[in-house]
Amino acid sequence: MNTTALLARLRPLIGVVVLLAIWTIMHATRAVDPVLLPSPAEAATAFWTGITEGTLADDFFKTVVRTLWSFAIAVLVAVPLGIVFGASQKFYESIEFAIDFFRSTPASAMFPLFLVIFGVGELTKIAVAAFGAALVILFNVAYGVMGARKQRQLAARVMGAPRWRVLTDVTLLESMPQVFVGMRSGVSLALVIIIVAEMFIGSTDGLGQRVMNAQMIFDMPDMYVAIIAAGALGYAMNLVFILAERRFVHWGGK
Amino acid sequence: MKVMPDAYYSVPPLGATRSAPPEPALADRLRRFPAGTHITIRGLSKTFAGTPVYDNFDLDIPKGKIVSVFGPNGCGKSTLINMISGILPYDRGQILFDGKEAHETRIGYVFQNYREAVFPWMRAIDNIRYPLQYLGIPKGERQARLDRLIESFEVQFDLNAYPYQMSGGQQQLVSIMRALVVDPEVLFLDEPFSALDYEMVMFLRGRLQKVLTERQVTTLLVSHDLDEAVLLADEVLLLTKRPTQVAERLHFDAARPRTADTSVSDDFIRVKSRALEVFQREVRK
Ligand SMILES: Nc1ncnc2c1ncn2[C@@H]1O[C@H](COP(=O)(O)OP(=O)(O)OP(=O)(O)O)[C@@H](O)[C@H]1O
Ligand SMILES: [Mg+2]
Repeated sequence: MNTTALLARLRPLIGVVVLLAIWTIMHATRAVDPVLLPSPAEAATAFWTGITEGTLADDFFKTVVRTLWSFAIAVLVAVPLGIVFGASQKFYESIEFAIDFFRSTPASAMFPLFLVIFGVGELTKIAVAAFGAALVILFNVAYGVMGARKQRQLAARVMGAPRWRVLTDVTLLESMPQVFVGMRSGVSLALVIIIVAEMFIGSTDGLGQRVMNAQMIFDMPDMYVAIIAAGALGYAMNLVFILAERRFVHWGGK
Repeated sequence: MKVMPDAYYSVPPLGATRSAPPEPALADRLRRFPAGTHITIRGLSKTFAGTPVYDNFDLDIPKGKIVSVFGPNGCGKSTLINMISGILPYDRGQILFDGKEAHETRIGYVFQNYREAVFPWMRAIDNIRYPLQYLGIPKGERQARLDRLIESFEVQFDLNAYPYQMSGGQQQLVSIMRALVVDPEVLFLDEPFSALDYEMVMFLRGRLQKVLTERQVTTLLVSHDLDEAVLLADEVLLLTKRPTQVAERLHFDAARPRTADTSVSDDFIRVKSRALEVFQREVRK
């Protein structure tokens, strides 16, 4: 590999380096109170001890598990429903407003309601996150199924495929790119809701609770670490879905 | 937020339009058709947004022959074969295949736009295999049919590739094979070669003719290329402007396989000149 190609590969890292530089300068010049803004080195140390001696890995894992549970439930409920809704325009029109309304309602506003129903515990967090993610996924799947181009469906019909087979063999695959958009937005939303829930709904673990805890005991390095860990988690999840889509929807964009 | 694409419309059910009880004149027409007829069309009417495209249209299509459909732009060639094949519902009339309806008939359909007709998520071979599952024949027989078809088309490229890895002509060949694998009673082709380069067109015409001659499939071919329409046809069906009627039917009996040489024969030139004459008369009307 020649030097230009190597530099081109490293280009995305420039932003990270610049950010770290600004952080270091801000800390060194005391532009921000060092108590509020520890140095990158302090944060790195906090990260290392958090993993080796503390509960950072455990908190990270808990948040991942909760997010994946709520996402899995959301997919299981929303994908089939989205197909059914999207397959019939009349049906979709009749429920469009209701879905759009709930989708526009911040899921966090539903916490108290879900607390009453499911009590203070694991179930509430997962239920609210699943609810929020399901609406996003449902909407995207229905939209994808409705907007799928018609010619392949006609081709399948004329080949003798019954209606439901057209739906599963053609329409669903045709709308796969939109389904993936829905799943990606869904998992991001689920993560947001889980983090918030961990902050405010009697949690003893999870990244959200870690951020909140660090703030209360004024352990700023650990707080930054938890925030960055949450960011890394969100980024990784998005990346996994992009890679999965590229693999699964191999015909996309061709 | 606007959530639905404007152009949304649902897939019409196949054969959804049932014929109304025929009027006396129609009842009489229904009973008469020439020997060797496969498809009878009577009193067919179709209106798009208030404009009639077909009004009380009658047509008989012979069994086992290739009929080319040729006519002015927008006269309703696609509309006609879509109604016959059951893809498009019609307002009034009756279309029967030896007395059966479209959904009771094995139909092959080749779209002009092959890119949006083949299934890109399946390998070419699975695309071709796809319609066999709806025939209700045993697995072994399915494979045998597939093998036979591949043999008669003398396929030279890798059928394990995905459509997007293949050339346009190869994709259209897959599309044609998919339509033929079920051994259709009727084959419809809507301008199947118009998006391909000339070399590919020659090649596909050759293969298609060969298989159609072997199998004697009733075929309706829409073409906007008069040379092609005449060259491939046993009969050229010339249509008028809207509301569309049959302007003239021309027979072309040259021996098969027909090649580029056929298109310089006296017979060909005679039929083509006559077709052109009728076409120009109709366009000027
Ligand atoms: N879905 C539709 N809605 C409204 N009008 C339509 C629709 N489909 C076709 N038409 C009209 O009906 C007429 C016949 O269309 P059709 O596509 O059958 O013509 P065609 O002979 O195949 O034309 P071309 O030579 O362009 O392929 C055209 O005037 C077209 O504008
Ligand atoms: Mg057309």
